[in-house]
Amino acid sequence: MSASIDTRRLTAEEARGLLDRGEVSPRELWDAYRAAIDGSNDELNAFLTLVDEPEGGGVPIALKDVISTRGIRTTAGSKILDNYVPVFDSTVAAHCKAAGMPVLGKTNTDEFAMGSSTENSAYGPSHNPWDLSRVPGGSGGGSAAAVAAGLAPWALGSDTGGSVKLPAAFCGGVGLRPTYGTVSRYGIVAFASSLDQVGPVTRNVRDNAILYGIISGRDENDSTTVDVPPVVVPVPGNLKGIRVGLPRQLNEVEGIEPGVKAAVAAAIAHAGALGAEIESCDLPLSVEYGMPCYYLIAPAEASANLARYDGVRYGLRSPGDDFREMVMNTRHDGLGDEPKRRIMLGTYALSSGYYDAYYGTAQKVRTVIKREHDALFERFDVLVSPTCATTAFPIGARSQDPLAMYLTDLLTIPSNMAGLPSLSIPCGLSDGLPVGLQLIGPQFAENTLFRVAAALEEKIGFDPVPVRLR
Amino acid sequence: MRWEPIIGLEVHVQLKTRTKMFCRCENGFGGGPNTQTCPVCLAFPGALPVPNRRAIEETIKLGIALGCEIAPRAVFHRKNYFYPDNPKAYQISQYDEPLCAHGRLAVPTPGGEISVGIVRAHLEEDAAKNVHVAASGRIHGATATLVDFNRCGTPLLEIVTEPDLHSADDAKRFLQLLRQTVVELGLSDAELEKGSMRFDVNVSVRPEGSNELRTRTELKNMNSFNFAARGIEKEIERQIKIYESGGTVEQETLHFDPGNEDSPPLRSKEEAQDYRYFPEPDLVPIEPPFELVEELRAQVGELPSERIERIAETLSFYDADVLVTGGLDRLWSLLVAEGIDTKEAANVLANDFAATGSDPDRVNAVEFAKLIRQRHRIPRSSFALGVASTTSESFAAADYTREAIVSDTAELDPVIDEVIAANPAQAEQYRGGKEGLLGFFVGQVMKATGGKADPRVVSGRVREKLGG
Repeated sequence: MSASIDTRRLTAEEARGLLDRGEVSPRELWDAYRAAIDGSNDELNAFLTLVDEPEGGGVPIALKDVISTRGIRTTAGSKILDNYVPVFDSTVAAHCKAAGMPVLGKTNTDEFAMGSSTENSAYGPSHNPWDLSRVPGGSGGGSAAAVAAGLAPWALGSDTGGSVKLPAAFCGGVGLRPTYGTVSRYGIVAFASSLDQVGPVTRNVRDNAILYGIISGRDENDSTTVDVPPVVVPVPGNLKGIRVGLPRQLNEVEGIEPGVKAAVAAAIAHAGALGAEIESCDLPLSVEYGMPCYYLIAPAEASANLARYDGVRYGLRSPGDDFREMVMNTRHDGLGDEPKRRIMLGTYALSSGYYDAYYGTAQKVRTVIKREHDALFERFDVLVSPTCATTAFPIGARSQDPLAMYLTDLLTIPSNMAGLPSLSIPCGLSDGLPVGLQLIGPQFAENTLFRVAAALEEKIGFDPVPVRLR
Repeated sequence: MRWEPIIGLEVHVQLKTRTKMFCRCENGFGGGPNTQTCPVCLAFPGALPVPNRRAIEETIKLGIALGCEIAPRAVFHRKNYFYPDNPKAYQISQYDEPLCAHGRLAVPTPGGEISVGIVRAHLEEDAAKNVHVAASGRIHGATATLVDFNRCGTPLLEIVTEPDLHSADDAKRFLQLLRQTVVELGLSDAELEKGSMRFDVNVSVRPEGSNELRTRTELKNMNSFNFAARGIEKEIERQIKIYESGGTVEQETLHFDPGNEDSPPLRSKEEAQDYRYFPEPDLVPIEPPFELVEELRAQVGELPSERIERIAETLSFYDADVLVTGGLDRLWSLLVAEGIDTKEAANVLANDFAATGSDPDRVNAVEFAKLIRQRHRIPRSSFALGVASTTSESFAAADYTREAIVSDTAELDPVIDEVIAANPAQAEQYRGGKEGLLGFFVGQVMKATGGKADPRVVSGRVREKLGG
């Protein structure tokens, strides 16, 4: 580690300052992170692929391995893309490049972002820097672990059902899932197109806003993107005039750990002390039906999105006597259990005779979920809840029980189904593990989330460096 | 018992937009295999479709021409199936919310107008081209498949008719009229040989007067209208024969070999495939503004079917049909306006001009009319040469009318005498009653005069001279 650079504590904004003032050269900065990676990637398994030569003189970044990077292997955590090197940059990677940010490497993920722990990665699980026997959350566990352990100043993840928010919460980081349509999906290995959204994972709120400002905006290559209001990098202040809603169904969810409840309650008390108006409210339908509908819609879209991995044009090819057999062998050999499970679920949900009952109904319920949220945002500026009912669980604890794993995302899914922005910030520790606080806003209200989060962040004073690394 | 055929069509037309349907790759033939490709049309991970605005507008135009309702909100769907020419393993198509629906095309026929319902006209993307490598070149027995993705993503119009057609001839007329409509709107070259227009035909028969719908068979891959008409006729006969001998028609698909019209079609069982359609989440719904639709409506001129009806009031239905479906009627109107007789103009266009393959819209009609006026005064070869040159920028009728046809007997008689003298044996045979030799003598005279002799005068003189 470079003597002048403590990668565990340096924020991206501070790193930018060091570069701007010439106190550190881009190469020194890069080498510091590279040394950190070399020092602990073996125990964390945060990176799947490392870049040896920096491209750009800015603050380095780590990218989740579903983000296509020209000339850098992009596996999506799957054996089926083990040898796949994209010929084009995703729009977000291009934005990072344009901002001069060199890519340190590609971070571990559950296969095709399908999971909540990174245990579904074909390249083995990542480990939580706070406790190596525990998961970092998923699917973007590699990015969150890398940022928490100081292997990268910041990173990008992708969030479908909670894959940025949950790992951020489990690793003590700040994770944003932006409003659907504000960040281009072009070049993001698709899981569930109507839900996938790229978001920043950072060590503090300001970095998060800065990175969101870099990656967001309308993209002519993604027709679902829209114009985005200018991003305001927040200055911690008071919360006067902010109306905070506490949905009972999210805050009093069954099985919530007492330590999580306590940390969230303390954060809410801080919000009150900062001048926010706080009131309980209800999201009954969204929480009850969010999860089941998610597990119809996301697998349905995935079943089509993953059908292109047929061995014809790129990636793994397992030979067969004819086309059909080749495709079957390729998918058999190349895809893990979780993608196969979701492809089957999704195929079933779309099948003739079942479409209306499953996919069709789920889409209608999604509209109901959106309306239920919209109604609350007439009374509140932000909704607050735990990001997850528990802290990071031990590796292996849920991997044999898909349903228990799916329930990990119970609290992050409802607002995702509504296409809304949400942010997870650390709000304390429970038994030595970080607790995530979820802030949900109306469409395009990222600036509100940043403002509230920055105020709380200062008041809470969470130390993002894992205790064992201090 | 009399049988009534029931025929429905599904037509695909490739749009000749500059770029492909969902990416910026150049659209069209020409490049080497897999040169007109990109991450989107090769379905690389994360690549996303962006719809081609022009293709949407052109589909709306065709919808207007076919009397369709233009949907205020149309949706692209994913149609899922595995095939090597389908790189995403789904085709972006339209399902229950197409751009254009509920139309009707009036098809003039010698027996009066028939009205063919248009179920829908929608937009989708074409597949890549599979090349099955094997000795026969046909699917069966192929040992390998090569895929050329240049065609993949070409904007494709799909037009589905109601089963409103009741004869092979009517089906052919509908297809010709549809083709002409598409070509005139500038949407496509619609060339069957190149595959830029393709169609499948559904055929069934039922006892005349009944309302039942019996099992239909599907005819695929026919690459000419005449071939299609013959195929449909044969299929109708086959089905009638089966019913009359007490059998039942099986639902199946007949795949014709476009490379060999004479080979019998391959038959395959029609499997009910579940395409698992669902709305394409990578695209937002198309919501064409009312003003745009009206603007496009204004661009659609008088339709071919309307023009056939109008011209058939002056000429025979047959002539009107040939002129319009051949794209010749605009030029015909110009020639008539220049004072050429309606029937003569039609004859020259259908017989002489059509054979040149020239673009009728590039003809200088004023000069062409001058040429036609001199038609009987000049040698046939000069006229033909002139007709073939009508699209050239420097075309002037005068260049082809200088040399008048020779009908002066004083000038022709010496030549005729020479020819007779040179062919005594034939002259003898003619005199002996073999009158068919008249053509031989006329031909020899024409040859000797370099085609400038008036054949009518020559034949009269030959007949006289040989004592006819």
